[in-house]
Amino acid sequence: MAELLLELLSEEIPARMQARAAEDLKRLVCDGLKAAGLSFTDARAFATPRRLALAVDGLPVAREDVSDERRGPRVGAPDQAVQGFLKGAGLSSLDQAEKRDTGKGEFWFAVITRKGGPTAESLPGIIDTAMKALPWPKSMKWGSGTMQWVRPLQSIVALFDGKVLAGEVAPGGAMKPIPFGDSTRGHRFLSQGTFKVSDLADYTAKLRAAHVILDPAERKKTILEGAEKLCGDAQVTLKADEGLLDEVAGLVEWPVPMMGTIDAAFMDVPPEVLIVSMKTHQRYFATIRQDGMLANRFVVVANNVARDGGATIVDGNERVLRARLSDAKFFWDQDRKVRLEDRLPALTNIVFHAKLGTQAERVARIAKLAVEIAGHVPGADRGLVEQAALLCKADLVTGMVGEFPELQGIIGRYYALSEELPLAVAEAIGDHYAPAGPNDRCPNGPVSIAVALADKLDALVSFWSIGEKPTGSRDPFALRRAALGVIRIVVENKIRLPLQHFFKADDLMSFFAERLKVQMREKGVRHDVVDAVFALGNEDDLVRLLARVEALQSFLGSEAGQNLLTAYGRAANIVRAEEKKDKALSARIAATPDPALLEQAEEKAVASSLIEVERALAVALKSEDFAGAMNAFAGLRAPIDAFFDKVTVNVTDKPELRLNRLKLLNHIRATMDSVADFSKIEG
Amino acid sequence: MSDPTTARGKPTCFQELILTLQDYWAGQGCLILQPFDMEMGAGTFHTATTLRALGPKPWYAAYVQPSRRPKDGRYGENPNRLQHYYQFQAILKPSPPDILERYLGSLVAIGIDTGLHDIRFVEDDWESPTLGAWGLGWEVWCDGMEITQFTYFQQVGGIEVDLVAGEITYGLERLAMYLFDKKTVYELPFNRADSEVPLTYGDVFLQNEQEQSAYNFEHADTDMLFRHFADAEKECARLVDKKLPLPAYEQCIKASHAFNLLDARGVISVTERQSFILRVRDLAKACCEAWLVTQKAA
Repeated sequence: MAELLLELLSEEIPARMQARAAEDLKRLVCDGLKAAGLSFTDARAFATPRRLALAVDGLPVAREDVSDERRGPRVGAPDQAVQGFLKGAGLSSLDQAEKRDTGKGEFWFAVITRKGGPTAESLPGIIDTAMKALPWPKSMKWGSGTMQWVRPLQSIVALFDGKVLAGEVAPGGAMKPIPFGDSTRGHRFLSQGTFKVSDLADYTAKLRAAHVILDPAERKKTILEGAEKLCGDAQVTLKADEGLLDEVAGLVEWPVPMMGTIDAAFMDVPPEVLIVSMKTHQRYFATIRQDGMLANRFVVVANNVARDGGATIVDGNERVLRARLSDAKFFWDQDRKVRLEDRLPALTNIVFHAKLGTQAERVARIAKLAVEIAGHVPGADRGLVEQAALLCKADLVTGMVGEFPELQGIIGRYYALSEELPLAVAEAIGDHYAPAGPNDRCPNGPVSIAVALADKLDALVSFWSIGEKPTGSRDPFALRRAALGVIRIVVENKIRLPLQHFFKADDLMSFFAERLKVQMREKGVRHDVVDAVFALGNEDDLVRLLARVEALQSFLGSEAGQNLLTAYGRAANIVRAEEKKDKALSARIAATPDPALLEQAEEKAVASSLIEVERALAVALKSEDFAGAMNAFAGLRAPIDAFFDKVTVNVTDKPELRLNRLKLLNHIRATMDSVADFSKIEG
Repeated sequence: MSDPTTARGKPTCFQELILTLQDYWAGQGCLILQPFDMEMGAGTFHTATTLRALGPKPWYAAYVQPSRRPKDGRYGENPNRLQHYYQFQAILKPSPPDILERYLGSLVAIGIDTGLHDIRFVEDDWESPTLGAWGLGWEVWCDGMEITQFTYFQQVGGIEVDLVAGEITYGLERLAMYLFDKKTVYELPFNRADSEVPLTYGDVFLQNEQEQSAYNFEHADTDMLFRHFADAEKECARLVDKKLPLPAYEQCIKASHAFNLLDARGVISVTERQSFILRVRDLAKACCEAWLVTQKAA
């Protein structure tokens, strides 16, 4: 058993691509090994900013010849079948196949022999194929070459059983081939020259001595522990951020966390601004004080052990942050000299969309819509809703949002607060883009709800009106997200909003229905239950719709529900079967059964309990008590069971009796279908 | 290779920074060219980059290029945003295998000690919609500060390059503010403090920023600029037909700058903006194609 060690050293690989590339390399090499019939016990992939590495353990040193038999078509089979067989077996003509009598006739057989031999001879080809197939999100050529890689490739370690594999990679052009070898380099600044390695253990140890931590998980741990230690000493808490941690671990081979300080002068700037500056622009970790507020400390992770202990690095990073925050503070101070209201004229200069006018026009639409929606939101003051809607986009023309576009809305909220506008107005400005995704917070104040809904509904209705509907792969205006946002706001706040009233196009409601279905399925609601309720159609009140779904789902989970479903199925099946035979039947059995024609006690019992059920149903549906509606059905079960035990529907000698009984069954079906289409329910 | 740090010592002012970089890249085999004598948005527009990046001939050059971005004018009131600033650009085609080591050498030359600082290569791909050009590379950070843009050109004028050029662009003012620890660009020492007439960057350029900002935002004659754009566009196409890519490309640069001024004046709507960019790109593409013919023939 032996180990394969592969390292591809290059110039700096983008952090976001490293983990995926390491996994892809592992998958491709392992696929190649399997295809060559080489077994192994373990494969591990690693990435640092400058290298992808792979170790495959437990490989055989040599492989014996393997032969594989494949049976083909019968001798004399049509040419198409023969060609397919030859292609599949990798043969060029039937001369290479042999005829064999299997006892059931003569068949063609292909014997495919794969030459065995030293594993070391198979590996270079496998590595070469894997490298060519590695799917970088973006790749490039360099020098005079034609080879594509994420950044210029510098050297390759390819060792099997401690020995260098024969092979090379040719970048093309006038460039020298990069030979497979056994030497690599350490950290760009903390190590000099090259060194030889023999296997994974040796490689990992020598890299560590050369200031490279090979395993990203270990780098993350080092960063986290170091950062938490610094935070502990400074009596602050690290603001956890897994995404940032992953990225930072991909920017350093030898992480050295350091702590910097934010100038006190900037601490009155909104914390969101400080966090964006630190995280997005500088990749610093923010820290939190004991009282939960943002602390004036940050953690930066350097990729160097500096002679002065890092004083210069910390000082430099503090200066960079100071410059960024000076801009922010300048905007914070300047922007607040102009009221949001006085910024509105400037919105006439911003085009929202060529066919949909300016931001000013959009704001006017949102305001009108928001006031209308406010009528459906309990506790929403129309005056405040209108004020918030008119101001909600005003921050787009502030210096701060110009510099930090990702803070739109949030900045408007701060400026509204500093103008001492009503709190509900400020909150609505800050909330109106939310929710941005399934995990984002959802607005819940009445004014916020009205404005956030108006913002999204206007986008949906407007883009729909110019034919900009999302397609499977394209949704440039994030309309899916807008629809999901509407759904969450409406459902989580139980807002009774007749959506159809706001839509001009019919297919917009079905777009919503699709989103809602997907969302409910993700939440584990049975898809047939969803379909049964949606099949009723004409429902644009999402709260009512979901109440129906919930009631149906729980009814079907009960024994009564299951039994009734069986009864429904029997009734519906008989009617359907008869309808199939006689196309005109449907129209003739649509009416209520004639009481005079009810002969047997069991059918009379069904008819009278149907009347009871309908009465109870009407009351329950009127008060939207869907659980009550479902329970009303429970009374049907015993009479229906008895009916099917005792009554023959298709009485051949009395056609008017048969027709009346079909009417009765049809009536059961219709009554139940008025609550949900039970035919969609799968047993 | 001589060590330029010993030859010149660590730079102490703006002009020494330029001189040091010139010395260093001259030592790396680059031609030291002078700025292109027309208004342009970035050093990339210099023919030494845009046109020379195409074709089969090797090319090593370095130069300072005054870069004009009318929209970035702040009337001299912003500490680091200027409508006229300097880029130092080195272009090495084909990119040598040790280009990053050579670049790091230039940092040492200007006084950035890698034993004290934290140098990072952070993914940043570059694209110029007006030039139809793109490449992959990094922004280089020194202690969290972006000090260089590094790009491997893949396409220019919509044409895939034959040899890949490594393009290294230093934003000189920003780099100088970092090196000389100044909070505003106007405080930068332009020449040495012990010079007979010591002057700051503000002494040299503050008035220019104030006046040019007023011109860019308030006084530029937009009718005239629209005419200039149209004229340059027409002239460029005519010269391309005459197989004169160099004069044609100068008209392309003119059109591009006229567009930038019009954009700063706020008279180009969002939709029009895209169409102007595409018009300039078409010119750039035509010039690049015409240039390539001359290079492959030679």
